[in-house]
Amino acid sequence: MARYRKLGLAPVTALAALSLVLAACGGGTPSSSGKLQASAPGITASTITIGSHQPLTGIAAPGYDEIAPASNAYFQYVNAHGGVYGRKIIYKYLNDQYNSSITTTVVRQLILQDHVFAIFNGLGTPTHLAVAPFINAEKVPDLFVASGCACWNAPSTWPETFGWQINYIREGKILGSYVAAHFKGKKIAYFYQDDEFGQDGIKGLGYEIPASQVVAKEPYNVAAANPAAEVGTLTAALKASKAQVVIAFAVPAFMALLRLSELSLGYSPQLVSSDVGSDPITLSGLLDAYAKKTGSFGTSLIQGIITDSYLPSLGSGDSWIKLFTTIHNQYIPKLPMDGNVLYGMAAAYTFVQAMLKAGRNPTRQDLVNAVNSGLPQGVSVAPYAYSATDHDGITGAYIAEIEKGVLVQLGPVQVTDNTPTGAVTIDSTPQPPAPSSGIP
Amino acid sequence: MTLARHVGLAIVGCVVLLVLSSKLDAYRQYQMAQVAATVVAVAGLTVLIGISGQLSIGHGAFMFVGGYATALLVIHLNWPLPVVIVASAVVAGLAGGIMGVAAARLRGPYLAGATLMLAVALPAVAYQWQGVFGGDQGLDFTVTTPGFLGASFQLTEWQAWVCCVALVIVFVLLANLLRSRVGRSWRALRDNETAAALAGLNVARLRVLAFVVSAACAGVAGSLLAMTMLNVTPGAFTLALSIQLLTAVVLGGLGSLVGAVWGGIILVLVPPFLTDFAASHGFSSASASVPIAGYGLVLILVMLLFPAGIQGGVRRLLGPVAPAAAGPVGAIGRRLARRLEESPGAETRQERSG
Repeated sequence: MARYRKLGLAPVTALAALSLVLAACGGGTPSSSGKLQASAPGITASTITIGSHQPLTGIAAPGYDEIAPASNAYFQYVNAHGGVYGRKIIYKYLNDQYNSSITTTVVRQLILQDHVFAIFNGLGTPTHLAVAPFINAEKVPDLFVASGCACWNAPSTWPETFGWQINYIREGKILGSYVAAHFKGKKIAYFYQDDEFGQDGIKGLGYEIPASQVVAKEPYNVAAANPAAEVGTLTAALKASKAQVVIAFAVPAFMALLRLSELSLGYSPQLVSSDVGSDPITLSGLLDAYAKKTGSFGTSLIQGIITDSYLPSLGSGDSWIKLFTTIHNQYIPKLPMDGNVLYGMAAAYTFVQAMLKAGRNPTRQDLVNAVNSGLPQGVSVAPYAYSATDHDGITGAYIAEIEKGVLVQLGPVQVTDNTPTGAVTIDSTPQPPAPSSGIP
Repeated sequence: MTLARHVGLAIVGCVVLLVLSSKLDAYRQYQMAQVAATVVAVAGLTVLIGISGQLSIGHGAFMFVGGYATALLVIHLNWPLPVVIVASAVVAGLAGGIMGVAAARLRGPYLAGATLMLAVALPAVAYQWQGVFGGDQGLDFTVTTPGFLGASFQLTEWQAWVCCVALVIVFVLLANLLRSRVGRSWRALRDNETAAALAGLNVARLRVLAFVVSAACAGVAGSLLAMTMLNVTPGAFTLALSIQLLTAVVLGGLGSLVGAVWGGIILVLVPPFLTDFAASHGFSSASASVPIAGYGLVLILVMLLFPAGIQGGVRRLLGPVAPAAAGPVGAIGRRLARRLEESPGAETRQERSG
């Protein structure tokens, strides 16, 4: 405890200094100095209340149910170290079971009844699509949707909505350019979820991989009545196509089923996976659970999967990982320290960045303006795209391979855009280290 | 005279609901609309199960039909709301008629299986023709408040009005139908099919008609829900919804329209209440199973305390008082009491399906 108390002073001083600096140079924003006031719905003199919809139970819950508690752990850490300009963040996340009709109701509760200042990190493409029009009609900031759909980047129709994680088109392009360069002339097949997630992903892949190399495209339905049987059939088709490389845009549960079907069919192509389905701890855990095995069964099955990541690798000694591990051990020690926890904390860090930039007594519009004027790169390996005309988040990622249950970086960080012809280029700017206070 | 009494009650009901809605905040108005829409679906199902004696565990499918009909009519034809609601009811009623023709040959668990199939299969249509139905993402549309209410009139309050007025109209129609020759025939059919057939009732036609009426109610409910949420997605009409409707019918009191109101209220209001209760009593929102377990507990308690459903319980509690009560309220109580006594017990039901 003593260690934390000692640590505690530094961020408070830093924050005090920061607020002084902001107060001094924030002439442009009228609300950047003075007494803390209830400047907007959800903001009081001492608190900021924000809300979210998350799958805490149901089909998408395994793994994803850790994200909101992880974000909340980071907010608690910030609250314990001075808060945002002295205000404490209250994070109210409601369970929508990944069912868009429930999302519709819980988001109305958050906005109409609880009067949250902003919606933060609402999880899921179909679920969030059901509420984005309503959130925008109510003019509530809709920050950092937990989905890589390129659809969040629509500043003219949805001015309040911002993406965060790299979108699936960019991700497809980065994975595709790696596969095109390293598996020249090999037969390639796609295994993907038949919705915006998978379709955006293979769109990006198609921009980089010559169509002549693609021998099969096998989409799965995430609402399939019998997922194991469906994946079995699709895997048999992949095997029949004699593909040597299979690229998957699939959620963890379907990745695990794919891997098990391959095993039972004696089919072993090089597996390439989008970041969504490749968190080693989630994936190996699912494999153990489905096959009713223990020990290193799951870990051995995911050995050698090629994937990409836009956050520092958990296995590295990176300063961000150290910071988040410390917070994890203090606030949510019962959860595994995996990719989902990292994701939740990283998104929460970005939110605090935006809140600090929005000023001492922000309105909802101040927060949107803050992100529209761009956020400095922090927790992600590549910069953000944020501007008044671009609501995409992280613009790049690095290729990695799963080795003994952790991600090992294979190449440099690469950035790209959403267009068919935009090049995939190396981003050589080093990622800034985590602030010693742990607060932006 | 029954009609006059029902209409009178309906007008009083409308006024009470409209005044109530104006006193509520936007989220409560939204919930009010949700409750009204759900009650319409539960009422339709309680007529099918409790009065005509047929089982459906696929009523969510008819709501799906009504909801998508509404979305497509608003998006492509921009018809006025009342017309859209009636059209949705007609489309869902047609679907119910088709199901009813098949159902007229089936009994007990076979009928349950057939309706179950409908609930599982129909939402897949939305994935099959993504261009028309929008796939997983569904269809978004907007409704606006009519001009005469003024620009500052809340959309949520208008939605609550539409749903409540529709609910009252559906209740008047159902209440009259149940007291008519058709309602009496359904009850005869339910209690003893052979005897009903020997008495000259057209069993098959009556069974199909019950499905049409019930599905049309579900269609109205789907339409109202779509207008409240301003979108339709296949995820809103899962098998779980169908089962929940069935739960609400049993909880409220089988075959009772007032029971449908109780069932609808529990279905819509109890889960969010429990979530808030759990959050404000120290359970972190991470322990997401607490509200779900609480809901299960509520269901078990209701069934233990009120085996005949909540309305049955209310009747039992008010029982000794009711005859003394004068006027229409007392009369309704007595009538409902009689109706509940007429509804078949669990044992009779098992005998018939066995």
